[in-house]
Amino acid sequence: MNIKKLIALIMAVVMVVCLSACGETTPSDNGGETGSKYADSITVQIGPNPETLDPALNSAVDGGNMLITLFETLLIIDQDNKVQPGQAESYTVSKDGLTWTFTMRDGLKWSDGSELNAKDFEYTFKRIADPELAAPYGETVVGMIDGFDKASEGDTDALNVKASEDGKTLTVVLAYPCSYFDKIVAFGTMSPVQKATVEANGDAWATSPDTYVCNGPYTIKEWVPGERIVCEKNENYVGGWDSEKIVTKTINFLLLEDSSAAYAAYTSGEALMIKDVPTEEIPSLTKAADGGDFYVDTILGTYYLSMNTQKAPFDNPLVRKALNLAIDRAYVADVIMQGTYTPAYNFMGPGIVDAEGMFIDNAKKDNGGKTYISEDFKANLAEAKKALAEAGYPNGEGFPTITYSTNDAGYHVAVAEYLQQAYKELGITLNIDKVEWASFTPLRRAGEYEMARNGWVMDYNDPSNMLELLTSTNGNNDGKYSSAEFDAAIESSKCADTADHFKYLHEAEKIAAADYANIPVAYYNDFWLQSPDLQGSWHSPYGYWYLQYAYVEAK
Amino acid sequence: MGKYILKRVLMGLLSIFIVATLTFFLMNLVPGGPFVAEKSISKAAQEALAAKYGLDKPILERYATYMTDLLKGDMGISLRQRGRTVNDIIFSKLPVSMGLAGIAVAVALAIGIPLGCISAYNRGKFFDNFIIVLATCGIAIPSFISSVLLLYFFGAKLAILPTIGLNSALHYVMPVTALAIYPTAYITRLMRSSLLDVMGQDYIRTARAKGLGTFKIIFKHAIRNAILPVITYVGPMLASLMTGSFVVEKIFTIPGLGREFISSISNRDYTMIMGTTIILATFIITANVIVDILYKVIDPRIKLK
Repeated sequence: MNIKKLIALIMAVVMVVCLSACGETTPSDNGGETGSKYADSITVQIGPNPETLDPALNSAVDGGNMLITLFETLLIIDQDNKVQPGQAESYTVSKDGLTWTFTMRDGLKWSDGSELNAKDFEYTFKRIADPELAAPYGETVVGMIDGFDKASEGDTDALNVKASEDGKTLTVVLAYPCSYFDKIVAFGTMSPVQKATVEANGDAWATSPDTYVCNGPYTIKEWVPGERIVCEKNENYVGGWDSEKIVTKTINFLLLEDSSAAYAAYTSGEALMIKDVPTEEIPSLTKAADGGDFYVDTILGTYYLSMNTQKAPFDNPLVRKALNLAIDRAYVADVIMQGTYTPAYNFMGPGIVDAEGMFIDNAKKDNGGKTYISEDFKANLAEAKKALAEAGYPNGEGFPTITYSTNDAGYHVAVAEYLQQAYKELGITLNIDKVEWASFTPLRRAGEYEMARNGWVMDYNDPSNMLELLTSTNGNNDGKYSSAEFDAAIESSKCADTADHFKYLHEAEKIAAADYANIPVAYYNDFWLQSPDLQGSWHSPYGYWYLQYAYVEAK
Repeated sequence: MGKYILKRVLMGLLSIFIVATLTFFLMNLVPGGPFVAEKSISKAAQEALAAKYGLDKPILERYATYMTDLLKGDMGISLRQRGRTVNDIIFSKLPVSMGLAGIAVAVALAIGIPLGCISAYNRGKFFDNFIIVLATCGIAIPSFISSVLLLYFFGAKLAILPTIGLNSALHYVMPVTALAIYPTAYITRLMRSSLLDVMGQDYIRTARAKGLGTFKIIFKHAIRNAILPVITYVGPMLASLMTGSFVVEKIFTIPGLGREFISSISNRDYTMIMGTTIILATFIITANVIVDILYKVIDPRIKLK
């Protein structure tokens, strides 16, 4: 009896300790002010804790998604993926395509209420080029501006960006024509940062809501690293988005890392949208097309395999052809990857725009209505066997055992195991080398592999961003593919004339496809769960969810 | 006693120094680096970053700089979470982990010790077998399974418990349960076997012969001796719960130190690896010193040298 009493006493003490140790409860999420048509707040999950929210330092897609909500660039990308005026109300381009002049909107403001003008953008662009800052995307976004070479050595004033004395216009002079510079200035990295704040706080300015000065539709009210970021409507916002449509007071971003946690948050109604859906739940979800809440949408990226073209036997295009054609892409995308990817028969996938229409459609038109790799797997496999025999390895005889390197995440290992089976058909033995993430990319970059998983998601919607991976001098050319013809086509594409630009890029893709420079396997998609209550948001092929117009009708 | 404590503290400091030195050189031997991404950053940017964080200097020089700064209490800036210092990150997350681990330990002790006693008291009977089966399950089920099961039933299906963060008392229920299962089960078994061991000793027989009641024998004479192994276990348990709660923190989105400990290693965030390792080492060593002193309090037979 006494023991029972003692247990009861101890448990009571523990409970009291537990309760007293915990803080007050937070106010509930959805309230809906009386009389308002819309709920005050919405809660979504678009990724884990961002490592940084400094626009110049960010290189992650989830950070980029936050940036488009918090900042506004000179130009913005709208729901139809068209470039629209943002902080600049208009722009002109000189005939030679080198001088871009942006005219700023009137009455622009920072979130702290102070005035924003072209001078802030001049500071921002020069900051991105500063080697002291070491911005990961520096070269990608300002590398084409005249004077970048000098700026990247420390003389940032050499960068040819000039704001007018009154701060009304910004003139940017490029070193070579870049017909897609409008899309570059719409990229999140180019978001303006406030000089005074950055200089007063250093890198730390972007880590605390108190010093986080931005200029977009929302500002940061609270950031609990690893838990949530609470964004509040920016009352000082002036820009390209329609202020009338920004109706939600706060957006809560849950910084969940675990997909089952995200799924629990969604099913319990805490989150209205989640990006990390557990793969084991996918078979039981109903796609949006069938009236469900599971969405799958294109993003601008390709899952591909790199072959080390400097090493035998991968230096032989016939071997590369055989390895390329022996893969049943429809099976990989639909079965192994559960339909969350789309089979890839060209390197450049859907969603990538051309001078007119879509790049992939025009590529097909050029190629007699067909993709570069046939969609007929049976015919492909026969071709592959033939190519391998021609290369001197009939039925794989004499072909060395090859090693496929991959990190262990997502579907990577499942794909590797499929490759083992697929290449067995050719008589080739493939070993899988699982490499830890932090060692994997340096290994691939250094060329210390035979075959490896690879992937690229585009930063701006121009095919050059992905095709340039195959130029012989590119730092991300992991396959060490080197073709003078291909390099020449890419070089010619750097011209002011848009039609010519795309013509040469088509030519380049064709050369790489004929050479089997790499093995495109599948196109990336984003897949997510979204409650029908969440309205007004949209998903863009850049992998972003635009939430500025998002709302939930008050109940 | 004072001399003993001083000696132990000095030994502790030496241990921390050795741990820090070994970690520093070992982590630099591992391939990969902190500025790794699917898309390579340009060589110039990579060099600029290395220069900014002093990674371009020879390793011995870096070691010397780090150790000097460490003595001043400065653990450097995180290489991955730009703009945040390691001190900031650790001291904002440490209280969260400490709170959670502390409650889990309290729960484990409060449940484990009585269960162990009941089990030993009823040795061989139904209660004993039942508790042992439960305890074995508790030890065998890893926290990532129990966390996901809790999350699934109470968070998603029944939706009666909140799943994200630690903002209210209710938020603590699932993570504390998930964290406490293993130590509770372990303490139960430890307490049971230790108590059985003590109950077989001569002085207990003497007590019985004197005519004392079983209850008094257990609580007055047996437990004081039987609890010693449990106390030994509390120190390391607290330390391991603090940094070993990676899975639980991830699943319940708790902004604690456990996640930093693991992710700093996979991110090669060198300064964070050092910071979290040193903090963990300090905790384990401190916990052990405290436990040694507690021994003395509980068991006067122990001589501190």
